[in-house]
Amino acid sequence: MNLEFTEEEKAFRAEVREFIENNYPQDIGTRGVDDEMGREDLLAWHKILGKKGWSVPAWPKEYGGTDWTPTQRYIWGEENARKNTVMPLPFGVSMVGPVIYTFGNEEQKAQHLPGIRSGDVWWCQGYSEPGAGSDLASLKTTAVRDGDDYILNGQKTWTTLAQHADWGFFLCRTDPDAPKPQMGISFILVDMKTPGIEVRPIKLIDGGHEVNEVWLTDVRVPATNLIGEENKGWTYAKFLLAHERSGIAGVARSKRGVEQLKEIAAAEMLDGKPLLEDMGFAQKISQLEIDLSALEITELRTLAGEQAGKGPGPESSLLKVKGTEIQQRLTELTLEAVGYYGAPDFRSFPDDGSNDFPIGPDYAHHAAPTYFNMRKTSIYGGSNEIQRNIITKMILGL
Amino acid sequence: MDFDFTDEQNMVRDGISRLIREQYDFDTRRGVIASEAGWRPELWAQLAELGMLAAPFSEEDGGFGGATEAMIIMEEFGKGLAVEPFIPSVVCAGGVLKHGGNSAQREEYIGGIISGEMVFAFAYAEPRGRYDLANLETTAKADGGDYVLNGHKAVVIGAPWATHFVVTARTSGGQTDKDGVSIFIVDKAAQGVSTRDYATVDGRRASEVYFENVAVGPEAVIGEVDNGLPLIELVSDEAIAALCAEACGAMKVAHEMTVEYSRQRKQFGTPIGKFQVLQHRMVDMFMEYEQSVSMTYMATLKLGDDEVTRKKAASAAKVRIGQGGRFVGQQSIQIHGGMGMTDELAVGHYFKRLTMIDSEFGNVDHHLKRYTDLSAADVPVAAE
Ligand SMILES: Cc1cc2nc3c(=O)[nH]c(=O)nc-3n(C[C@H](O)[C@H](O)[C@H](O)COP(=O)(O)OP(=O)(O)OC[C@H]3O[C@@H](n4cnc5c(N)ncnc54)[C@H](O)[C@@H]3O)c2cc1C
Repeated sequence: MNLEFTEEEKAFRAEVREFIENNYPQDIGTRGVDDEMGREDLLAWHKILGKKGWSVPAWPKEYGGTDWTPTQRYIWGEENARKNTVMPLPFGVSMVGPVIYTFGNEEQKAQHLPGIRSGDVWWCQGYSEPGAGSDLASLKTTAVRDGDDYILNGQKTWTTLAQHADWGFFLCRTDPDAPKPQMGISFILVDMKTPGIEVRPIKLIDGGHEVNEVWLTDVRVPATNLIGEENKGWTYAKFLLAHERSGIAGVARSKRGVEQLKEIAAAEMLDGKPLLEDMGFAQKISQLEIDLSALEITELRTLAGEQAGKGPGPESSLLKVKGTEIQQRLTELTLEAVGYYGAPDFRSFPDDGSNDFPIGPDYAHHAAPTYFNMRKTSIYGGSNEIQRNIITKMILGL
Repeated sequence: MDFDFTDEQNMVRDGISRLIREQYDFDTRRGVIASEAGWRPELWAQLAELGMLAAPFSEEDGGFGGATEAMIIMEEFGKGLAVEPFIPSVVCAGGVLKHGGNSAQREEYIGGIISGEMVFAFAYAEPRGRYDLANLETTAKADGGDYVLNGHKAVVIGAPWATHFVVTARTSGGQTDKDGVSIFIVDKAAQGVSTRDYATVDGRRASEVYFENVAVGPEAVIGEVDNGLPLIELVSDEAIAALCAEACGAMKVAHEMTVEYSRQRKQFGTPIGKFQVLQHRMVDMFMEYEQSVSMTYMATLKLGDDEVTRKKAASAAKVRIGQGGRFVGQQSIQIHGGMGMTDELAVGHYFKRLTMIDSEFGNVDHHLKRYTDLSAADVPVAAE
């Protein structure tokens, strides 16, 4: 048992820190709410990492991975969080990429992996439907074989940032008569420019445009875009979900968030003292830090298991539940810290460029929308109720 | 012991609830908050005509009721998420005037509030004052019999719609002294008053309000010079009771919507309301709501008690409602799943309003501390 990093790991940390310091573009929008950042801002760091060969660290080396140990990947995440970098989005790098190199054929790998690595191609995830959320296997979008093509019909929803997407990976029903719904689903790659695809924005409670409906009407897709075998899509989707969950704890980002919260609490005054010195509030921050340490060590234990060759198991559900609870708590406390100035809706501020009468401190502007927005984390990626069901079944055996 | 409402009070509830139901459905509200004005002056006129703006005043002042009527009205406001400034204008400014105004001020201003011709905003919060009502950087300097106001008031709810402000300012003493605080009425059109208007995240409008050498006469002072704080505290407790009632209304609707959604929404071949974990969660929401109603009644009924009792009751209610509102709001979203996150569904707007109510007139932490301080001042001595 040892919590210390080795000399090599420390050297690695120094190396990546220096690289980030020297290469992270200073002009990337840092306003913090996704939809205010354009496609180029969201991809800028990804492209730089692509050139360096660090955009897909977790992939096998033959596909462009870095061969870092899980601990090195962890350090990488920490150093990025320190700088608050805009990391490559998960849809290509952590979701469809691993599916393609694991289950795809050589043509598919050659066609798609380079664009994911370089950040030139934007992917979106077409799983959920209006009637199929937690019960994803009940999805209804169909793909019907017609000569060398599939013809897709149906509606996907909650598709994150599909407004920027070049490609999407879709789960479609190919066998409506399969004995179990899971057995009739296929995993299909779709060029988002194909005729018959319509992307409609959904506005969320924070006012942002982050998700979309994707309507598919007679969308003709070459059958060569099928991943693996027809009707085996559920297996690939489940494989992917395990990948999605392992990153979702967000420990490094939350640590950075606690630092930011402390900065805000140091600036806010209560009874003539910084809020940070108020025993009640300081204890709430301490509680959050303690919970975060518990999560961090739990994640490190999981990583150590991975390093020893164990794949991510149902324990990743624990990381998802606790990680998102902490992320939500963090935004709750931030909103509390800013007091009255949580109320102004920054989207409504007159855009006259004048800063003579600022409306509250800058750090307050995003407190409420971020708090509202982060309610999503206990809903998506398998809701926290569903994660608890998984632990009930897989770990408790009930 | 009696928790029944009088016939008159039931009529107030019926009237206001019909008005909100018939004229304030969710789509109408959406249109209102997106409009240039951001509120419905014509509805305000209608409320005046129905006598609703007179509800919390005594007969002497042209009204017919008190705090219970305000509670009833705000509960219905909460159900419809009405944005109109009943609390700032009627409860706060009206409260300052009815408790502290002289007969000329009452006649002029309470009359104006009741008729709807005057709309007030309550300019008490400051950028660095947090929830301390006495922490004032805004000053009013005596100049002969007149006063000159300078300062900046923060997030003044309803200010864009106001014709007048009730302003708290320091007339003497240090920045946080309890003495030396006074209350003024300032016409929004007065020379030296400027505002910067914006929308709030829960669909209302507010302003930063700036006073630059604003001169007012002695008739603008409400109550005693230098001794305004007790009156400000009383009125803010009345506002808390009304705000708690609004939260109860919003909680009730959010909870009902969630239960209804859980009946309709099917996953895994069954309504999600059949999952026991969600059932118990909705039961917890229900219990939070009921406890909040109880605390709102208590705070309302104790507004006329001695100072310590009143303050403790208001703080206790605000703590309970802050916590209950957060729980009910968050779980309403959670149980709606992705749909709860959308701007399109009403439930998210209830969640947002419930969230922001916590930061008005002091949040949970502030009132927990206030309650504790008041209790500490009143410790029984243990027998040897
Ligand atoms: C911001 C955001 C981004 C998203 N991005 C994407 C994306 O890019 N691509 C994509 O495909 N999807 C995406 N999703 C969809 C997400 O995966 C679904 O919202 C999620 O699976 C929940 O489904 P639902 O919204 O239909 O809720 P429902 O499944 O209807 O769930 C409603 C409530 O019931 C509970 N519940 C359901 N079943 C059970 C059970 N068996 N036991 C106990 N409780 C249960 C849930 O936990 C939840 O509280 C996104 C969602 C959001 C909010």
